[in-house]
Amino acid sequence: MEQTNPQSAIRNPQSSAAPTLRVVFVGHVDHGKSTLIGRILHDTGSLPEGKIEQIKKACAAEGMGFEFAFLLDALLEEQKQNVTIDTTEIPFRTPRRQYAIIDAPGHKEFLKNMITGASRADAAILVISADEGVREQSRRHAYLLSMLGIKHLIVVVNKMDLVDYSEKRFREIEQEYRKFLRELGLEARTFIPASAREGENVAQASAKMKWYGAASVLEALDSLGPQERDVDLPLRFCVQDVYRFDGRRIIAGRIETGTLRAGDQLVFSPANKASVVATIERWNAQENGPAVAGDSIGITLSEQIFVERGYVASRENETPIEANRFHADLFWIVREPLRVGHLYSLRLATQDVKCEVVSIERVMDSSTLETKSDAREQLQRNEIGRLTIQTRAPLVIDNHDRIPDLGRFVIIDDGQICGGGTIFGGVYTDRTVTKSKNIFWTEGKITANARAVRSGHRGAVVWLTGLSGAGKSTIAQSVERELFLRGMHTYVLDGDNIRHGLNSNLGFSPDDRVENIRRVSEVAKLMADAGTVVITAFISPYRMDRSRAREIALEGNAEFIEVFVDAPLEVCEARDPKHLYKKARAGQIREFTGIDAPYEAPEDPEIVVRTDQQTVDESVATILEQLLPRLREYDVND
Amino acid sequence: MTNIQRTHLDDLENQSIFIFREAYHVFKNIAMPWSMGKDSNVLVWLARKAFFGRVPFPVLHIDTTYEFPEMLEFREWATKHHNLNLIVKINTEARARGIGYETHDPVTVTHELKTVALQQVLAEYKWDALITGIRRDEDPTRAKERYFSPRNAQFEWDYKDQPPEFWSQFVTTAAKGEHVRIQPLLDWTEVDIWRYIQRENIPIPQMYFARNGRRFRSLGCSPITQAIESTASTIDEIIAELEATKTTERAGRAQDHYERNAMQKLRAKGFL
Repeated sequence: MEQTNPQSAIRNPQSSAAPTLRVVFVGHVDHGKSTLIGRILHDTGSLPEGKIEQIKKACAAEGMGFEFAFLLDALLEEQKQNVTIDTTEIPFRTPRRQYAIIDAPGHKEFLKNMITGASRADAAILVISADEGVREQSRRHAYLLSMLGIKHLIVVVNKMDLVDYSEKRFREIEQEYRKFLRELGLEARTFIPASAREGENVAQASAKMKWYGAASVLEALDSLGPQERDVDLPLRFCVQDVYRFDGRRIIAGRIETGTLRAGDQLVFSPANKASVVATIERWNAQENGPAVAGDSIGITLSEQIFVERGYVASRENETPIEANRFHADLFWIVREPLRVGHLYSLRLATQDVKCEVVSIERVMDSSTLETKSDAREQLQRNEIGRLTIQTRAPLVIDNHDRIPDLGRFVIIDDGQICGGGTIFGGVYTDRTVTKSKNIFWTEGKITANARAVRSGHRGAVVWLTGLSGAGKSTIAQSVERELFLRGMHTYVLDGDNIRHGLNSNLGFSPDDRVENIRRVSEVAKLMADAGTVVITAFISPYRMDRSRAREIALEGNAEFIEVFVDAPLEVCEARDPKHLYKKARAGQIREFTGIDAPYEAPEDPEIVVRTDQQTVDESVATILEQLLPRLREYDVND
Repeated sequence: MTNIQRTHLDDLENQSIFIFREAYHVFKNIAMPWSMGKDSNVLVWLARKAFFGRVPFPVLHIDTTYEFPEMLEFREWATKHHNLNLIVKINTEARARGIGYETHDPVTVTHELKTVALQQVLAEYKWDALITGIRRDEDPTRAKERYFSPRNAQFEWDYKDQPPEFWSQFVTTAAKGEHVRIQPLLDWTEVDIWRYIQRENIPIPQMYFARNGRRFRSLGCSPITQAIESTASTIDEIIAELEATKTTERAGRAQDHYERNAMQKLRAKGFL
């Protein structure tokens, strides 16, 4: 095996455990990104042995002069392979640390790749050619870097050899571009006059530009601090999933910002339910202390509240904003324009909701920063719009300038990421105050053939059955409220609203009871068909009646979910909220279920809740866990 | 101000766990190819980290019938050790046709016994996502990969027009017949893998360690995988060796080098 100088290994340059600094190279086409990369690889001894000689030879054979830019191509085995270069990583190291160059050279899908690469970078080098000066892409890339949240920016004014290493020219460009960056709220750390081709101010100080006297490109990179985790921002723990592998309920997710300890009291948004962290769960972990920003962990709660993917946990005095309407700046990267009023998906951290753009307030040309406020209905590729977005369900957000991770989102159409946005201007409210100012509900325009797509859920029949006093009505109303708060269409059918109207001609004879349940089943089917989640709360003691209710629902293609609200007779009789058991025992009511009429418990219900053992909240949580995923099973393309 | 100590390996581990959980949430029907190689075992380990000790989906071994006996022994042992749901797939049809290293070139054999075998088993189980252990630093074509990388029904990878990936948002849809490759190790380097194996004490086959002056740096089919000259018998020695080498990791894997751009061709046709 070849043994060579460890510093020059291209494949395995990682000789310390210090984090790699990822640097993205951007700038206008032909301003010298590839040359600068080639030069850096060469000057840091990062090229495989013989590579330079090989390329020089190849160039000579073709009658061309050697260019450092060829190094990059050769290295990536791109030459003659007809492979369009995509975002790619090339390692190098300085005595100080390990780097990965993220390169995304210009071609027609450049923007997608640049965004992909830059979003993973710790720092950016933006290359401007001294002879051409600031150009369209110089500005657009800076704008995108600012939206993507790049903290460190180094501007390299390249090709100084073409302007006789003129300080005047360098200062002109620096002044013009600094002004532009300031308007974006970006601050460039350093401006460096350089010639990548000649190696001036790349690895070493330039003898030809003594007037400069500050850091070379590598020195500037080495001076950057490591990317810090956002541990000092307010806690945001974004729930990815809830696991029940070993009987315990583990809430899995990532801490985006802040810290989390066992014993912490958390508020879960959007439901705003509070619970205390019982344990932090990790498997075979090195670290068993508090969890901090960047950690993928699990937690268990001391009180069982309903939590699912998309929920965000925070501390009580620093909760995020709950909104269904907000303002954002959005960049658009696909050919098909963004359209006002079109239904899109919006993903923010682990949340996924339907949304539409209500209005486009203004459109900015990302290269000139010129804005137009001409009441546009569309946003074209490469444009950045300031717009108002409305979602179908409440979204948990932060302003981007406060907590970036919860202040940015992507827009998805037809499964494709089409753009990214940053949120501003949201109003933080005390969560104890009645619903925040950010919630606006309007009537959804529901078309007949796409109710589920439009409302974000299917219709269904949730059939509660159980003894009188088991808790059916209480649970039905709580489930209804939970669904309603999620923006769902829902309605409870019970004795009160059925017996007094639709079924006022029915008594309590066995035939009338059967007819009562039949009519309820039919009404439930119709309502479910109309897109509503119908919750029925009837004793419905006979299996045959319930199985007919199921058949009726299925005829209407509605989901049917039988929920056994289970509590022993003694418990129900002890509760006796309407004194019916008392009357039945006294013989004042005949054929009362459980006393002198049978109750046929369900054999295979979808859900069982034990109200003698669970609180109402726990029962509701059990039902929601099973119900919500079913309601979301529909074909979005229908 | 909170004082925290997190290392580069912690960052990589956290990101991989995040990707595992995203994948498991999005895709109902998922499997993880497992070659028993070092990266593959790190992947199993990270899955157990993500899912609190268990691997909640099947692992798949594409058995070319040219496996090292020691690897098969390891397979049996590790399946029990990690409590894995193992599926073994052999392209018996190709073997029956006489496809083999004795008579065919390595690119053909690899394609038939690995890629086609994978297509067959995918068609059988209808997985909509596969979790793979590829890394950006292994090969220039792998450097272009995304964490979530769609493959069409013909298994082709359109590397010229890949979806954007930013802010931890991934393309998560697969149409019928398509599948998504999920690649939690994309950001890891070969040395990261070794450091992590060392830190976590992850079981790997002993063939990676030098015996009689030779060891395997990368493991594949026995007829086409070359051991390298090495005296590295501990992980520290392996890391020291890697830091001094300019030879690529897969240099000992004949199918990559059989013809120019072999890896690119294999991968465009569905090779991992």
